Amino acid sequence: MSPFLFWIFALLTLIFGAAVVINRNPVASALSLVVSFLGLAALFMSLNAYFIGIIQVLVYAGAVMVLFLFIIMLLNLRAEEARRINWLATAGGVAVALILLGQIFSVISHLKFAQNPFPPLAGLTVDDVRNIGAVLFRNYNLPFQIVGVLVLVATVGVVLLSKREPR
Amino acid sequence: MAITVSRPKLNWRERLYLPAIVAGLAITFKHFKNLLLGRTKVTMQYPEQKWDGNLPDYYRGAPALVRDEDGRVRCVACQLCEFICPPRAIKIIPGEIDSTDRFAKVEKYPEAFDIDMIRCIFCGMCEEVCPEQAIFLRKDYAITGFTRADMVHHKEKLLEIGGVMHGVVLKWNKKK
Amino acid sequence: MTPESFLIITSLLKIVGILFIVILPMVSYAVYAERKVSAAIQDRLGPNRVGPAGLLQPIADMFKLLLKEDFTPRAANTFYYWLAPCLAVMPAIITIAVVPFGSTLFGVPMVIADVNVGILFVFAIASLGVYGIVIGGWASNSKYPFLGGIRSSAQMLSYELSLGLAVIPVFLLVGNLRLTSVVRYQIEHGWFIAPFIGDWTNPWKWLLTIPMIVSFIVFTIAIFAETNRLPFDLPEAEQELAGGYNTEYSSMKFSLYFLGEYAAMITGSAVIVTLFFGGWHLPGIPDGSHGWIFGLINIAVFFAKVAIIIFFFMWVRWTLPRFRYDQLMRLGWLFFFEIALVNIFVVAAIVPFIQ
Ligand code: SF4
Ligand code: SF4
Repeated sequence: MSPFLFWIFALLTLIFGAAVVINRNPVASALSLVVSFLGLAALFMSLNAYFIGIIQVLVYAGAVMVLFLFIIMLLNLRAEEARRINWLATAGGVAVALILLGQIFSVISHLKFAQNPFPPLAGLTVDDVRNIGAVLFRNYNLPFQIVGVLVLVATVGVVLLSKREPR
Repeated sequence: MAITVSRPKLNWRERLYLPAIVAGLAITFKHFKNLLLGRTKVTMQYPEQKWDGNLPDYYRGAPALVRDEDGRVRCVACQLCEFICPPRAIKIIPGEIDSTDRFAKVEKYPEAFDIDMIRCIFCGMCEEVCPEQAIFLRKDYAITGFTRADMVHHKEKLLEIGGVMHGVVLKWNKKK
Repeated sequence: MTPESFLIITSLLKIVGILFIVILPMVSYAVYAERKVSAAIQDRLGPNRVGPAGLLQPIADMFKLLLKEDFTPRAANTFYYWLAPCLAVMPAIITIAVVPFGSTLFGVPMVIADVNVGILFVFAIASLGVYGIVIGGWASNSKYPFLGGIRSSAQMLSYELSLGLAVIPVFLLVGNLRLTSVVRYQIEHGWFIAPFIGDWTNPWKWLLTIPMIVSFIVFTIAIFAETNRLPFDLPEAEQELAGGYNTEYSSMKFSLYFLGEYAAMITGSAVIVTLFFGGWHLPGIPDGSHGWIFGLINIAVFFAKVAIIIFFFMWVRWTLPRFRYDQLMRLGWLFFFEIALVNIFVVAAIVPFIQ
């Protein structure tokens, strides 16, 4: 992928990521998060990881965020918009973020393979869906099943909790 | 008192919905096919096809003023129709007939006679109430105009629609 | 010309061609067709004044909608109010990118982006379609649109499950998620709606037909729910919600919603055709490598099939009454979900005997 597209999508992801925090309106925040996810998905795709990219859109942007939006709209959080910005907390947050960024940079720059240029990607021939499936079901079958059971338990629990008491 | 309507119990075939859906689709498709094959009677294509020839005699279209066989406007400006008209569509300005006139005996004639066709509801009260049988509901129904003023029928227009009416009101003739 | 610039130019040509020559006219004429079909079903004639047989009606409608007052309610959240209709149209049109609408034309494959996650791409983008409706309902700041938006988000989430599960049998057989391979497979092994064709004596193929038809029915019903078409048009139930999520919209913004619905219907039909009806394949007609004329015929075959499915959509719309909301949710969660799930196991049991 051309660096031009990379910068566009990277900027999209970052700007809207920041917008999630900056926006006072919860719905606007949620929508910014969706756009940020879309940018992230595009970045994944630029690395030929089509499956991860599309799952990012399908699961996060398409399902999880819709539910979020659903809840936010139902709650109608007007109070949040009126709240004053606490400058001290903001400054602290920015400082923490900057320190974290600096740390990540310094750690990565000390890693040995970070000095090497990124290896060129293989052509479009790789079937990443098949690869992921194979790895998931051959090498990590047991953990995968355990996660499945865990999710099932959580689902049943939610159904039980949300059920009305029989009168 | 609230009445509880019992829901019918559906058997498994009905609850599957599909047989009913297929039956419904078959019915609608039959209509679709029949229309395409020209077997369905469809509604009249109005501006091209008209039904004017079949209008019954008692059809209530636009009200109009009539003249008698002498060419005299039959209306005597008694203003009964103006009074009876439910939506107040009629406006009459009476005038006096000259004493030298052949019909001086009539005394009054309508100087202006306006019917606002936006207001008129084609009820026929004016025709019914008129002692002179001077106003009749004719068969015109397509009354159009671009402005409100266009929609007011003045005396000339009313007479034009009405034409000459031979008939029973003879009391203004000389002989009587 | 480098291969890269060739790719870019042909892709642009395909996008412009498919969008402006096929999809957009098809959308506007789908509206016309809907009116004609509904009229015929109800023993009427339908639009027949503008142009011969009313064929210019969509253009007249467009002018009417453009000239109407574009009204923004004062209580609405203006930015999102304007954004929502665009969000409603975009996903429907983007989805067509991965659908193969023809074989090849002059050696160029007739699909805009042949990605290896084809069907997931369709689902992912289609699931974004709900934002247009939800945001429209919310930004109007009015009760009925809001309820419409809420309904649609719940409905779409519920039916996405059956939608996803219903196509798994297809991909169990094909072996990858590329939509072009789905078409390839069907050319070699018979359409998925009738896999026994060409292999009449194989009993397993006959057995496979049953779960494939079940899968087709569940998928089609889920597409109905996803596109908010009539038996499931709860988000815009006129009798309950005035006009649903688009109550506050007028003029071109309303028509964007309107067109978005039809665009979604067209892409939905295109996906159904690709998955179950052999895509651009018609027995006896070779693909585009045998001459450009066949390439064109393939494209025509594809859109003819799409038109037939669209007719089916309309036919159903003018036949069935609307489901109640609890019925809709019950059907989705307690019926189609389970059927689709069991169906996967049935097909998985048959697959080894076919290969
Ligand atoms: S039309 Fe008849 S009722 Fe009306 S003013 Fe004339 S004479 Fe009287
Ligand atoms: S028909 Fe009825 S409404 Fe019309 S002018 Fe006569 S009285 Fe008035």
